[in-house]
Amino acid sequence: MTDATNPDQMDSGGDTVWVEHEAFIDRIPRWVAMTFLFVAIVGLWDLVTRMGWVSAIILPSPAETLEDLIFVGKNLLSGGYMLEALWTTTLTVLYGFLIAISIGFSLGVLVGETKFGERAVMPYLVAIDTMPKVAFAPLFIAWLGFDIGSKVALAAFIATFPIVVSTAAGLYAATENERMLFKSVGATRMQILLRLKLPTGLPYFFTGLKIASVGVMAGAITGEFLGGGSGFGALIRQSASQLDTPRVFSLILYLSLLGLTLFFIVVWLQRRFVFWNKSGGPGGMM
Amino acid sequence: MAEPRPIDTQQSAPMARTVYKIERLSKTYARNSLVALQDVHLEIHKGEFVSVIGSSGCGKSTLLKIMAGLMPPTTGRVVLEGKPVVGPRPDIGMMFQQATLLPWKTTLENVLMPIELREGRAAAKAASDKAMDLLKLVGLGDFADVYPGELSGGMAQRASICRMLISDPAMLLLDEPFSALDELTRDFMNMELQRICLERGATAFLVTHSLAEAVILSDRILVMKARPGHVVEDITIDLPRPRTLDMINTTHFGEIVSHIRDLLGKEAHQ
Repeated sequence: MTDATNPDQMDSGGDTVWVEHEAFIDRIPRWVAMTFLFVAIVGLWDLVTRMGWVSAIILPSPAETLEDLIFVGKNLLSGGYMLEALWTTTLTVLYGFLIAISIGFSLGVLVGETKFGERAVMPYLVAIDTMPKVAFAPLFIAWLGFDIGSKVALAAFIATFPIVVSTAAGLYAATENERMLFKSVGATRMQILLRLKLPTGLPYFFTGLKIASVGVMAGAITGEFLGGGSGFGALIRQSASQLDTPRVFSLILYLSLLGLTLFFIVVWLQRRFVFWNKSGGPGGMM
Repeated sequence: MAEPRPIDTQQSAPMARTVYKIERLSKTYARNSLVALQDVHLEIHKGEFVSVIGSSGCGKSTLLKIMAGLMPPTTGRVVLEGKPVVGPRPDIGMMFQQATLLPWKTTLENVLMPIELREGRAAAKAASDKAMDLLKLVGLGDFADVYPGELSGGMAQRASICRMLISDPAMLLLDEPFSALDELTRDFMNMELQRICLERGATAFLVTHSLAEAVILSDRILVMKARPGHVVEDITIDLPRPRTLDMINTTHFGEIVSHIRDLLGKEAHQ
């Protein structure tokens, strides 16, 4: 039996209050979390060097590294020999990237659009792609010499494959119904390719470009490690052989700025050209 | 749910002009020598709404592709407005299960897409007013400059109705156009489709899986069976026009549905 006077059994008519617990990490802004992690890592690094747990030749202190970072920064800004080296590497990367895009895109269309490409060309591409591509570096040096050419070749070689694969995958992305729609309104094969398949595949293509932008950097630097010359890679190797570890650190940092710039140029282009796809998945923004 | 506008239309007279004609149509796939269609005859008259229903594999998709000129038949002939269909034609309009709007074009540009592909950008631009009228017809007048990503499923399908109608097709081919929508939207869209077809006197051919949808929309229903794909019965639906959703609850409607279900069911047990 219900006792109407018992408040425990009465619906007072008020709203039920649900307490939703929010995780701590959700409540702090991202930049705070990032700063915290940065300070923690640098603090640990400082501690390790200060206590002398690791030799300074192997791991310089944060202060030493910062000092060298500033030195290299000044040299770069004043147009010193380091800027020249950075420029050489930038050119290598840009040439390599452009060559990779033109060859990769063409092969991608060949594979994605033609039966011959899919049946005959693709197996060879897969076979070459599984090889460790850095191993080709000595060949490129033998063929193209110690100049920028051999480095461009290695950078382009590494960056081409992700572009081929993503371009081809993009061309397969249009659905059967979309292709049928285009055919039903009398579109030619070229119109279907240019007006349907390529735009539909753009998000995939850009995903490939992002992977390639990382690969092209790796290729250029590896080429400079192995083939010498005047690029940043050669500087890094030189500094390492002189046990100038702070210099190696700061060179890597400035080099990563080049990589980041390239990556974000691709992201910017993607936002500009694939404005309709703001979600994740194949063709998401990041 | 919006009531379809009362429209002063006669039931399409039984002897109306033949728009679409299929004679002795057969299709055998060379790949696996599967007989997808055998000896199909069909005449569709001006203003008629004909549906085809059948289990998967009964050849209705093949039939639709041949009717659209997207696939050649093995034997037989297909004639639209007196001319044989030997490839895609501007006087055929198609709609698919997905709206298949291009996400990089606005709603208006999507509607104009068939004209742009066939006659170029200038011709498409010239047809803008017409496209706007069509968008207003389906209640999308305010969404002309919106990208499809911002349209709901039902709105996207309404836009694709406009795209289908932009070149004044003599024949509409509808491939399960609303089957990806939720049921309420689907009912509403079916009533919209009826309204548009009646207003324009459109001739339409619908492939569907839904018995109720076929009955509420159609003047005639072809029931198809598989192995080999053939038409077992051509049923005339004598419900008055315009149809309303509450007709679904009438005894007569129920009788027609159960008759078709029996026809389809027999095959399932064979």
